Amino acid sequence: MNPNEAFAQLKFRDPERARGLRDALDRLVHQADHAPVSVMHVCGSHEQAIAKFGLRAAFPQDLQVIMGPGCPVCVTDVPEVDEAVALAKQGVRIASYGDMLRVPGTSQSLADAKAEGAKVDVVYSVTQAVELAREHDEDIVFFASGFETTAVATAAVLVDDPPDNFSVLSAHKYIPPVMEIVAEMPETKIEGFLAAGHAATITGSAVFEKFVERHGLPVVIAGFEPLDVMAGLVKLMEVINSGEPRVENAFPRCVTREGNVHAQKLLWRVFRATGGRWRGIAHVPNGNLRLRDEYAKYDTRKRFTIDASALWGYAPPKLVQQCQCGDIMAGIASPSDCQLFGKECTPDTPVGACMVSAEGTCKIWHQYGGRPDLRSIKRGAA
Amino acid sequence: MTRNARFVDERITLKYGTGGGAMRALIEQIFAKGLGEVEDGIGLAAMDDGAAIRIGDQYLVIATDSHVVQPIEFPGGDIGRLAVSGTVNDLAMMGATEPLALTCAAIIEDGFPRDDLMRIWESIRATCEEAGTTIVTGDTKVMGHGELDGLVLNTTGVALTTRLVTDCGLQAGDKILVTGTMGDHGLAIMATRNELALETTLESDVAPIHTMVRRALEVGGEGVVALKDPTRGGLSSALHEMAEKSGVGIIIDETAVPLRDEVRAVGELLGIDPLVSANEGKAVFGLRPQVAAAVLDAVRSHPLGRNAAIVGECVAERPGFVILDTGFGSRLLAEAEGELLPRIC
Repeated sequence: MNPNEAFAQLKFRDPERARGLRDALDRLVHQADHAPVSVMHVCGSHEQAIAKFGLRAAFPQDLQVIMGPGCPVCVTDVPEVDEAVALAKQGVRIASYGDMLRVPGTSQSLADAKAEGAKVDVVYSVTQAVELAREHDEDIVFFASGFETTAVATAAVLVDDPPDNFSVLSAHKYIPPVMEIVAEMPETKIEGFLAAGHAATITGSAVFEKFVERHGLPVVIAGFEPLDVMAGLVKLMEVINSGEPRVENAFPRCVTREGNVHAQKLLWRVFRATGGRWRGIAHVPNGNLRLRDEYAKYDTRKRFTIDASALWGYAPPKLVQQCQCGDIMAGIASPSDCQLFGKECTPDTPVGACMVSAEGTCKIWHQYGGRPDLRSIKRGAA
Repeated sequence: MTRNARFVDERITLKYGTGGGAMRALIEQIFAKGLGEVEDGIGLAAMDDGAAIRIGDQYLVIATDSHVVQPIEFPGGDIGRLAVSGTVNDLAMMGATEPLALTCAAIIEDGFPRDDLMRIWESIRATCEEAGTTIVTGDTKVMGHGELDGLVLNTTGVALTTRLVTDCGLQAGDKILVTGTMGDHGLAIMATRNELALETTLESDVAPIHTMVRRALEVGGEGVVALKDPTRGGLSSALHEMAEKSGVGIIIDETAVPLRDEVRAVGELLGIDPLVSANEGKAVFGLRPQVAAAVLDAVRSHPLGRNAAIVGECVAERPGFVILDTGFGSRLLAEAEGELLPRIC
């Protein structure tokens, strides 16, 4: 990898151009016929960009940019974690992404199981999990998390004849259905969505057209550099003000209307969408991606009898009952509303899943200082 | 965020060595209990870069530092150069820029190659010469194979000064100056270790900087109100300590902070902010606004200070916090927590 190429990417960080976009955003929010205007993004990477560059302090006072359920690790539900923990305690070797190890289940996380001697390996990609299977004679279960973007990578491995001792415990999630749920929640007054550019690279912008028709809410696809986020919000405000909801692509350097058709075919060849719970949010029809019957030999749930009932005899710890992750992921609350945030709940000692994952709202806010609203600070001597 | 309010855990983990709030809690709750009071000077409780004891009309300044860096030889330096520079710089951060002498204790692992040791001692000798000081006493221990990793060095230094500079004299309106590019040491070490096998030309900035500091103090006089070296925890930790002890807020203009392009890019690749990454040849000055321009010129006139810049100012609001103006907006700068960069120095 060449660092100079990485540096060339940083050209999307010109503060001068950001000021122009900020002025445009100010004007558009001012022109809206009501205040405040609330919009939602559904991606941890968008929250990363907003927090890292301090964009919330630059947004107009009357624009609320809310993070929705955009962290796949955070929405992995307790029973899914329990399945992995139960398997690990049965002696099966589990491989998963680092963040998934610390997500709490009913009584334990995978990290807890590992501390007690279970075989749990951290991998950076599904191919690394396959390599692990090639190196070992025993079964390797890949506990897979991620949205449709990551699920394509899992699919690509499964169509490529992985070894027989490899299987997938899928906790993959599909984003479009959860947008419908959040759009209909009575507590949220969302007027438009910023959709994730990387996911749309695969699904294409067309995937949101029916959503716009059904809910009358605009969707703008945006990238992840600070200028991308600002430009996406400007476009979203334009569409909101126009009163004609539609899909707009503010990330055309990567996203097309059709998307990556090859990847989509791969995704749906291996996975089917089925209903299931997302942690803290709701039952999401078609929100979970599970392996099709054709790939049953690689489906952990079909290969093993998983008995998680032994984990259920525990009352949830007291702190967990105060955790507001669910409301935060639904966009109803923000981390600063939570009593535990930055006190009992820190990245060192996470109470909820949102403080575990690098894409969780709480972890991101904590990483970048915890309190976003710095609009009022005055410079100079007191 | 009261960073020192937490209790020290039952086991001391790596996070207590990263120079942030956890380490300060450890020092307050265990190390400084019933120890380290200095009647007329600076003791352990001040948690400054060193101690100062009054002797007549002068202060005897003492600083000590242990070094566990891995790898022990790295681009731009080695554990020996680090051990001499670290202690000479800690003395300078108290205003004592003429180191009288150093001590050096070595703990060596059974089986450590003689040739490596000779190379490292040659580096210690050369760095002492560069710094105008020498090692006057020492101690040697050898531990069993596997009982420590290669080599651990401890250095202690002493120096005399008539004027002490602390890290807590800031007030609203004061300017913040950094003497050069930030994050070089931490990211150079990180790049050698990371699994991504980066090919970089990154080098540590490790160097004794007391002569540069002397030049700044001569020009700035009483207008130099705070001084700190941004080692572990980087610029962020140094600023947090200065802000907390002085009871001011600090606003930093991110676009004004000098960064090498490669440091910025490697930081981006590894997900490590250069502002929380260690420096071993830089200082952070707090300056009264009247002397800021003159001190900047003085620092820039020194070969190790050519990239110096004024990067921020102090405000009365948000005491103890550091606010980063990113050019796009602003946010609070967080301190590094956890085992981000173990064994960096």
